[in-house]
Amino acid sequence: MLQLTTPISEAAIRSLKVGDEVLISGVVFTGRDAVHKYLHEGGALPPGVSLQGGIIYHCGPVMMKQPDGTYQCTAAGPTTSIREEPYQGQIIHDFGVRAVIGKGGMGDRTAEACKDDGCVYLHAIGGAAQVLAECVKKVRNVYFAEEFGSPEAIWELEVADFPAVVTIDAHGHSLHREIMAASKAELEKRL
Amino acid sequence: MSVLLESLVELIRRTSAELPDDVNAALVRSLETEKKGTIAESALKIIERNIELAKRKSQPICQDTGSVIFYVECPVGTDQITFEETAREAVKEATKKGFLRQNSVDSITGKNDGTNLGPGAPAMHFHQHRSSELAVRLVLKGGGCENVGAQYSLPAEKLHANRDVDGCRKVILDAVLQAQGKGCGPGILGICIGGDRATGYEFSKQQFLRLLDDRNPDPQLDALEQDIFKTANELGIGPMGFGGKTTLLGVKICAANRVPASYFVSISYMCWAYRRQGVVLNANSEIEKWLY
Repeated sequence: MLQLTTPISEAAIRSLKVGDEVLISGVVFTGRDAVHKYLHEGGALPPGVSLQGGIIYHCGPVMMKQPDGTYQCTAAGPTTSIREEPYQGQIIHDFGVRAVIGKGGMGDRTAEACKDDGCVYLHAIGGAAQVLAECVKKVRNVYFAEEFGSPEAIWELEVADFPAVVTIDAHGHSLHREIMAASKAELEKRL
Repeated sequence: MSVLLESLVELIRRTSAELPDDVNAALVRSLETEKKGTIAESALKIIERNIELAKRKSQPICQDTGSVIFYVECPVGTDQITFEETAREAVKEATKKGFLRQNSVDSITGKNDGTNLGPGAPAMHFHQHRSSELAVRLVLKGGGCENVGAQYSLPAEKLHANRDVDGCRKVILDAVLQAQGKGCGPGILGICIGGDRATGYEFSKQQFLRLLDDRNPDPQLDALEQDIFKTANELGIGPMGFGGKTTLLGVKICAANRVPASYFVSISYMCWAYRRQGVVLNANSEIEKWLY
């Protein structure tokens, strides 16, 4: 298990390779469909949010508002990433993102941006909302909750030892591409 | 809170936080099958820990608490209108308690009012039967797995799939290939051969009410289920599409009549977080027994 702590340097990202299991600590920002479309259309990040050397997490958590106004994260697994494929490469490039956490993998344009800009795609375990919520130590802030609704908002999360697997690295390798090619070949033998 | 409301909130809680025994057992078996030290094994271990945590904390197994789909079998004369109103109230209440995420969005305005209520939400299916029993089944189906569902119209020339059982086999295995990684595998397939576009998908989803280890009473469909299950698990897709031996936990197939011009194969995919539960309610609307 490799440790990955934010802010992440380009060197640390370039040292990772497909298949590495990592534990992430530090700050991550959730962002999914609405946020990606908004940023891609030229929208600005809200004051206080910086993705430089940072991590975007494709996630729409379950948040419970506490009597003191803070939030408790009660479920926080990844959502399917491929929907952000039209936007992700540009956002990695424009905002200096070093890692994207999600599930299901991403396509060639994102893989290309990972290679060019020094970023990785980290696959979290889909559906493991409780294990991953336990890694969220604090909900620091929420942005765009009104505009986009709770699951689509930007949540600023402090995480510790959040487990994920590198499935697209900064060297042009993608586990998704490899498994797709191998499983397709196996299927052809069985048709 | 009325007794019926209380019973339905409890049904939602348990469906969201606890996997049924047959699904648990299948996941335990798949963990034993995967090679030690692989990322497939790591993934299944996290899944196992997640199931235990969700149950202990009474919190959603997955944050996507999904489309809320009720299947109600009721005696003749049941007041379906009141039942539906109460079910809607239960969904709202369960959302407040955090058993369901604020998960329902107005498709035109994009607004999420946080209640999980709206046109088609929750989905209600009523079936009358001759028995005096009132049985309520609930499926929570997440969006990730719903998005990888597929409907093929045969013949599908690119896949060399004709209008026969072999053609069905080809398109079903293609759906497994295409779904890899995206639907949170190991998954379960619910399939309907035939029907129109709407009933095809509808019947395919109803297959998720079957137990994982049951057998299809129709020998031809049973053979197809076993064949797809075995073949899909030889493809090396594995949990989460990381590679490995467990790609599917089950395959359930039904057939519906079609018109001569149409031949649809409708495939619904269920993720490993296979949230299905059911209750029989007594005359006072209390939970008499759990169905899974």
